[in-house]
Amino acid sequence: MPLDETLTNERKFKVVGTRPNRPDGIDKVTGRARYGADMTMPGMLWGMILRSPHAHARIKGIDASKALALSGVKAVVTAEDFEMRDDDLRDTLINVMARDKALYDGHTVAAVAATSKSIAKKALKLIEVDYDVLPAVVDENAAMAPDAPLLYDDMFTQGVDPAPTKPSNVANVLEFGHGDVEAGFAKADVVIERTFKTGATHQGYIEPHACVASYNPDGYAEMWVCTQGHFMIRDNCARLLGMDLSRLRVTASEIGGGFGGKTTVFIEPVALALSKKTGRPVKIVMSRDEVFRATGPTSSSTNRVKIGATKDGRIVAAEAELRYQGGPFAGSPVEWGAMTAFACYDLENVKTVGYDVVCNRPKQAAYRAPGAPMIAFGVESVMDDVAHELGMDPVDFRILNQAKEGTKSSYGPTYGPIGIAACLDALKHSDHYQSPVPEGCGRGTAVGFWFNFGGQTCVGLNVNEDGTVTIQLGTQDIGGSRASMCLMTAEALGIPYEDVRAVNADTSAIGFTETTEGSRTTFSSGMALIKAAGETTKKMCARAAKVWGIPEEAVEWVDGAARPAGDNAGKFDPMTFKEIAAIAHSTGGPIAGHSEINAENAGEGFAAHICDLKVDPETGFTEVVRYTVIQDAGKAVHPSYVEGQMQGAAAQGIGWALNEEYIYSEDGRLQNPGFLDYRIPVCSDLPMLETVIVEVPNPGHPFGVRGVGETSIVPPLGAIGNAVRNATGMRMLETPMSPPRLVAAFREAAKA
Amino acid sequence: MRYESPGTVADAVAMLAAEAGIAKVLAGGTDLLVQTRSGMVEPDLVVDLKRIPGMLDIQAEDGGFRIGAGVSCAALGEHDELKAMWPGVVEAANLIGSTQVQGRATMTGNLCNASPAADSVPAMIAAGATVRIEGPNGDRDIAVEDLAAGPGKTTLEKGEMVTSVFLPGRPANSGDAYLRFIPRTEMDIAVVGAAVSLTLDDAGACTAARVSLGAVAPRALLVEDAAKALIGTKVDDDAMEKLAAACSAAASPIDDKRGTVAFRVDVAGVLARRACGIALSRARS
Amino acid sequence: MSGKTVTTTINGDAVEFVCGADETLLDTLRDRLGLTGSKEGCGTGDCGACSVVLDGRLVCSCLVLAAEVEGRTVETIEGMASGEELHPLQTKFIEHAALQCGICTPGFLVAAKSLLDRNPDPTETEVRYWLAGNLCRCTGYDKIVRAVMDAARELREAKNAA
Repeated sequence: MPLDETLTNERKFKVVGTRPNRPDGIDKVTGRARYGADMTMPGMLWGMILRSPHAHARIKGIDASKALALSGVKAVVTAEDFEMRDDDLRDTLINVMARDKALYDGHTVAAVAATSKSIAKKALKLIEVDYDVLPAVVDENAAMAPDAPLLYDDMFTQGVDPAPTKPSNVANVLEFGHGDVEAGFAKADVVIERTFKTGATHQGYIEPHACVASYNPDGYAEMWVCTQGHFMIRDNCARLLGMDLSRLRVTASEIGGGFGGKTTVFIEPVALALSKKTGRPVKIVMSRDEVFRATGPTSSSTNRVKIGATKDGRIVAAEAELRYQGGPFAGSPVEWGAMTAFACYDLENVKTVGYDVVCNRPKQAAYRAPGAPMIAFGVESVMDDVAHELGMDPVDFRILNQAKEGTKSSYGPTYGPIGIAACLDALKHSDHYQSPVPEGCGRGTAVGFWFNFGGQTCVGLNVNEDGTVTIQLGTQDIGGSRASMCLMTAEALGIPYEDVRAVNADTSAIGFTETTEGSRTTFSSGMALIKAAGETTKKMCARAAKVWGIPEEAVEWVDGAARPAGDNAGKFDPMTFKEIAAIAHSTGGPIAGHSEINAENAGEGFAAHICDLKVDPETGFTEVVRYTVIQDAGKAVHPSYVEGQMQGAAAQGIGWALNEEYIYSEDGRLQNPGFLDYRIPVCSDLPMLETVIVEVPNPGHPFGVRGVGETSIVPPLGAIGNAVRNATGMRMLETPMSPPRLVAAFREAAKA
Repeated sequence: MRYESPGTVADAVAMLAAEAGIAKVLAGGTDLLVQTRSGMVEPDLVVDLKRIPGMLDIQAEDGGFRIGAGVSCAALGEHDELKAMWPGVVEAANLIGSTQVQGRATMTGNLCNASPAADSVPAMIAAGATVRIEGPNGDRDIAVEDLAAGPGKTTLEKGEMVTSVFLPGRPANSGDAYLRFIPRTEMDIAVVGAAVSLTLDDAGACTAARVSLGAVAPRALLVEDAAKALIGTKVDDDAMEKLAAACSAAASPIDDKRGTVAFRVDVAGVLARRACGIALSRARS
Repeated sequence: MSGKTVTTTINGDAVEFVCGADETLLDTLRDRLGLTGSKEGCGTGDCGACSVVLDGRLVCSCLVLAAEVEGRTVETIEGMASGEELHPLQTKFIEHAALQCGICTPGFLVAAKSLLDRNPDPTETEVRYWLAGNLCRCTGYDKIVRAVMDAARELREAKNAA
């Protein structure tokens, strides 16, 4: 872009950058906001899902006759109710309803609809499934071993030459990089190579998945779903049930957190199938146990990282091998892990190889900067170790090697203006970094990168008769984006923030819009709104021109009003937005704008974090004493919510680093499917999370905006690992760096 | 499932005794409701004891306190005299779950749930607490350490229920403390718990001690060797190291999602030593 | 399953309902009484999204049987504002951007009000520990704690002024 010459990065903003109250605030503090499970429909049935207790089992038969005989039970669906397919939805379908095999503990094998929750619960117990239990594998390294149990006898690794003749659990091998790493390492004075493991973590949104589906006998259907993308729900559900897209209308409820985990379907096609079979609306709400067992956590991983540098502190080669398991289907985020691994640095010789591994775990789903935090843990740990070996300050070492405008990134493209230098500079000058390390603490720093995405986006902009504006959005608001949308619209129109109201439009009320993911919403819906606003003000100028009797080209839009463009155009008092709206009916009818874009140039995101942390040497208990998040936002539209994204991402990263992980038994059953033992940070675990917003404008956006939702989950694992090292002298190689692991490491160190 | 809320202990006992299926007593419900929801327990009858007079009372008795089976941990924490007498017990009870859970959970429930990791149990054992059991054959008092039989199992007979906990009067120059290890600051089940109660003579020598560990065996342990390590000493560093060693030696934990054997054995000693330090300073103050 | 008739007081109003013996207060509030402001995040007392005040005590409504509230008083998020006027905590949560997705917000507000009713001048540590049973995955708690502290200050000032 830019879309409009008046919207340059140097402009002074009037409302963008302020912190007004969010439009949906009152609903959310009074309990009125309606989330997924808050909807009921007339005649509604309750759906419940029967899940495999086995990690890997052949399903020999399902007998639902006893369940169907129970009074109040209206239908049971199994794989037989969904037609098998071989297209891009094949894996999704198998994940939604197991066919010949259950592939993980919690895999759906059948579902029931009944007149009450308690009857549905009873009915589940009456469905008899005949399983033939198979050996299971839940670790990426075990899955890659030559004698590993195979999930499929027809999975032959893609991306290797020659093509393998034996099946394996490795779906794909991918490679990125440039230069000659061997030659680079040969020049190095210091080379450090280590292997790291990261546990699988869950997005941990507080709202379990929920939906209501209502399928009418005429083949039309409606759905109410908590999701990050209602168009994705429409596409997946309609296709899995053989419907035209136009026959399914999906309304996104308010959403109680997603973080990537609500970018795919789980219960929704099942609820729709049950509704179709019963002819009544069906509601399904997952329990927390189901959320952990059956929805997508992120990959666990094992990563070897090798970095070489010369005495002067220049990195001469960097290499990583990544192994990510993503559950029973190809498509772990190892590709993004391999692409992001060294993206913060300016490297002549770099190579990353990623292995996409299948396991008997739930199908991974996107989780905030998918694939990036795991490899960043290894890379940022080794970066610190190389700096220490060189006798350099780790921050200076990073600054010396940081990527800049013109750097060929490790994943291919050449960077435009990017913010890592500004982040590291802000880090060095931050109050936190300038303050002495607190007594008994270690201080760690790390940086992180995320691509940010754009994508297909539609918006509507309706001018009301009183001069207020309603905007329609296709991107689901998952964290307060309606406020930023109203701000950008108000800015572009030159009207007060309070005059703009945002609605999340359902799939029949607005054009196709991609899911809220990849930090794309404020960036791309914002861009579309600015374009729609430009279209609107152009129409407003035309109306003024008509009233004034001068050519349209002689009118310009300045500060929320149409004005004659220059002295030659004539002398007329400016006509405000409200004034033109009020006479719209007599000057040509309603005024509305809309915009349909495929947003590009999202603008890379960078962040730098500082952590001060204390470790109890006897128990391994860790306390994060001080934490600062520095991130490039391009332009912070609503700084409070930008800070909120930075803080939330950091808190999730801290949880990942210290205590969160999926724990499996020998036979592949998940041991901790609840918030009691899947330990996300609680309020008393964290200090205030300090923030520094850096603004290096994104030339790809008219207001300079970059996505901010994800980047700050990338640095915490490394920052905490480095803080632990500086507090204790121990380099931890596995997350979570939990107390038992820390105490075991202390023992090892004491022995040595 | 049926729900009953009788007005007398006799009625409650009669209902529990008469139920042919599974009967459960409901005090705070913070374990029972979780278990019924998950299908781990499917009771035919739930008897809510909170409408029985006395169940929500804390009463002074024989220099100590009798605590009704329905008294919430939050109410314990608000009872200044009880807190002054047995700070370790009250702190232990106040560690159970969140503020919300505190509003409902009871020490009696914590005990009868018979989890080896129950926080209040080691503290009650160290304090020498007893429980009153009422049943079809009358009532009886037993030591807290004799109630749990193993994970999820108690020594209660059919129709019996615990109606109160009795904390005896605390001798002069005594102190107690409880510490647990959890990976977060709140909301976790103890990975290890350690309680110490001790009494000093005028010269500062330990004349009596009780030490109890949680989450390192199928039920909370009374570690007599650890108490012996203190008795007769001035509770100096050497005695505390011996106490720690005795606790680590007594621990026979398992590896599970919450911790490893090695970690629990180590930390049992560490926590016992630290709890002893707190109990000691309380005894001296 | 036998139905139980229960008479109780919710947000100051007398309410009568029929519930199953194994039904939780949360299910009754949400599915029978239309009070969906209390949320189910876990059903096991680990997340606090269903927080209500029962006879003056903060509890998780998922861990209370509906039958237990016979003759008692229940306060939910729906009763927090008085008519048009928001409680200062509600106002401060909006002002401080203390919510992102908002699913945990009702539970946090009910819990925070219960704290300030008992302790009008809590320290940051007291706030954090009181609210440790309310999980938030969006905010990292920073702005929530600030909002609670600020609301406490405002309530104290209003009381001093009165």
